[in-house]
Amino acid sequence: MSLLNGKRINGVTVRHDKNTKNAVTTPIPLPQRVTIPMQQHMGVPCKPLVEVGDRVLVGQKIGDTEHLFAAPVHSSVSGEVEALTEIVLPGGKRSQAVVIHADGKQEEFPHKTPTITTAQDFFTAVRRSGLVGLGGAGFPAHMKLAYKDVERLDTLVVNAAECEPYITSDYRTCIESAEDVFDGIEAVMHFLGLTHCFIGIEKNKPEAIEKLGKICKADSRIRVVPLPARYPQGAEKVLIYQTTGRTVRAGSLPADSGVMMQNVSSIAFLADYLRRGRPLIERFITVDGTAVERPGNYSVPVGTSIREVLEYCGGFEKATQILSGGPMMGSAVADPEMPVTKTCNALLAFTEPEDFALSATDCIRCGRCTAACPMGLRPGMLEDAYDKRDTAQLRALSVTLCVGCGSCSYVCPAGRPLSQKNVLAKDLLRKEGN
Amino acid sequence: MNEFVIPILIFVALALFAGLLLSLASKLFAVKVDTRITDAREALPGANCGACGYAGCDEYAAAVIQDEVSVSLCVPGGAQVAEKLGEITGRKAEAVIPPVARVLCGGDCESAKKAYQYHGFQSCAAAAGLYGGDKSCHYGCLGFGDCVKACPQNAISVENGVAVVDPNRCIGCLICVSVCPKGVIAPVERTASYLVLCKNPQRGKETRAVCSAGCIGCKKCERTCPAGAVKVTDGLAAIDPTLCTGCGSCAEGCPVHCIVKL
Repeated sequence: MSLLNGKRINGVTVRHDKNTKNAVTTPIPLPQRVTIPMQQHMGVPCKPLVEVGDRVLVGQKIGDTEHLFAAPVHSSVSGEVEALTEIVLPGGKRSQAVVIHADGKQEEFPHKTPTITTAQDFFTAVRRSGLVGLGGAGFPAHMKLAYKDVERLDTLVVNAAECEPYITSDYRTCIESAEDVFDGIEAVMHFLGLTHCFIGIEKNKPEAIEKLGKICKADSRIRVVPLPARYPQGAEKVLIYQTTGRTVRAGSLPADSGVMMQNVSSIAFLADYLRRGRPLIERFITVDGTAVERPGNYSVPVGTSIREVLEYCGGFEKATQILSGGPMMGSAVADPEMPVTKTCNALLAFTEPEDFALSATDCIRCGRCTAACPMGLRPGMLEDAYDKRDTAQLRALSVTLCVGCGSCSYVCPAGRPLSQKNVLAKDLLRKEGN
Repeated sequence: MNEFVIPILIFVALALFAGLLLSLASKLFAVKVDTRITDAREALPGANCGACGYAGCDEYAAAVIQDEVSVSLCVPGGAQVAEKLGEITGRKAEAVIPPVARVLCGGDCESAKKAYQYHGFQSCAAAAGLYGGDKSCHYGCLGFGDCVKACPQNAISVENGVAVVDPNRCIGCLICVSVCPKGVIAPVERTASYLVLCKNPQRGKETRAVCSAGCIGCKKCERTCPAGAVKVTDGLAAIDPTLCTGCGSCAEGCPVHCIVKL
């Protein structure tokens, strides 16, 4: 892998715009109706376990599958199942969804605190919790934790970098639930038999570094690592390199290098679940952007429509562009009736597309994309190879290493869709491989 | 005198020696080439379209001779090439009627609604990665022309937001079918005279909500067809070309005009 050995990681300096960093997480009013997709994770979609007319409680399981590579889905409200529909996911796939009419009572399902004695119990409990990687990829957490070769693992890396502009939900988690973060780390380290833990946080969040540093003093195995505030510190391979100094070879998992990586919000949720037994049914998200009147951090039940969240925060009518996730890696929202899912960490609404290059001009061979790529790839050459559908060249240039951070597109003075073409190039190779 | 003769003799001797060496080498290290492969390669049109399923004409020629695959796989070459290959291999050529690629969507800019404004890289594959494309209809042609770029015969053009195949230019290589991210292009028999230009299997109301040219599954065509060639399954009409007489009564009666004459 061309990830620079012993050298500084590339990347780009982006605006931070962490306007909501002092906004305490508050709940939004209960929505009348939630639409809960059966696929909110990477892997096999769940099948609905309820019928139209059934009454469900808060935290009741409403979707699951016998496949291991999936995370069950739970109801975020109490009420009656109104319909079973189909929605289009941002990636273009279709997914079944359960529409539940909330009765407003928010009657809780009798949650049981999981009893855990062995590591296997722990993995089972994690699957039951419905936890998926809350950083955005949505990888079922139990699949990641139950790495086959547990002897090899020695280090936990907690991703609290939050390098995307605007988003402060992970930061608020560090501040508001620092104890949960600590407990979660202790639990993961205990059951996986890990000996070290690094918490990576960008330097532009000194309060979080201080707060977590103070709490983690209780355990000498845990270290908080301040990272340069340079995008994309939170990319998996970059963060592992920055905290442990290890490189993850092409085509291998972080676990192959002995590292277990978890998002800080996932860790905090895990501690909460082990204590209360309440599955993943709400997300802490940042709502911000030029169109939003009351930007802040909100706790939102999974399945609430994006429109409802933005209407509560004000400025929905003004918004011409809505993003789910950050401006660098988030995806545009086509239909505001789409629900907030487990993997959503921010909603951004803008009055006009910010810094939008409408048409791309020819590549001027300035090489800024190469200088920006954190993985040491050459996006300009990759684009050329993709345009020619030259799969041999794409392989030679290791396009599969692209993490999709968007740094190349961000710096390109010609406004070329480099990052987008990398995604297509990876699809092309995948298609050819089959 | 000697200063001329001796060098000439030396060079003649060298030439003879080198000539002998070369002719020996060509005998000793000769690579056995099946001349039938070169013959077969010459019989093929050399378009390297890949319609036969092999990477180019060279590979197909080798496969015909060495692996004894069918001689009738070359779509652009058609019956002529199949016959020639048959002569070379001594095997019987089956009839080749190449299909023609057709875009099964009539949802142009006027009839199909847009779900959102797409600003990114102008490519169907890219647009399909965001909610399946900017068309409200999940099954329609996106019209960014990935097939236009892929077609080796320049047979496809995008007209009013929908790709259209020129059947006179189409050689039936079906590369467009493989590049279309929506799977809206299909091989159709050349002899077919009427075609349903829609792939939306949703119910009439749902289809109507996204496109005014989509098949609503009203079954009027099924009822009017005198030959019983039209069948509506899953809210989508389909014409069986083997039964179709080409009378056109289905197209006449279609309320959304999604059945067209080819």
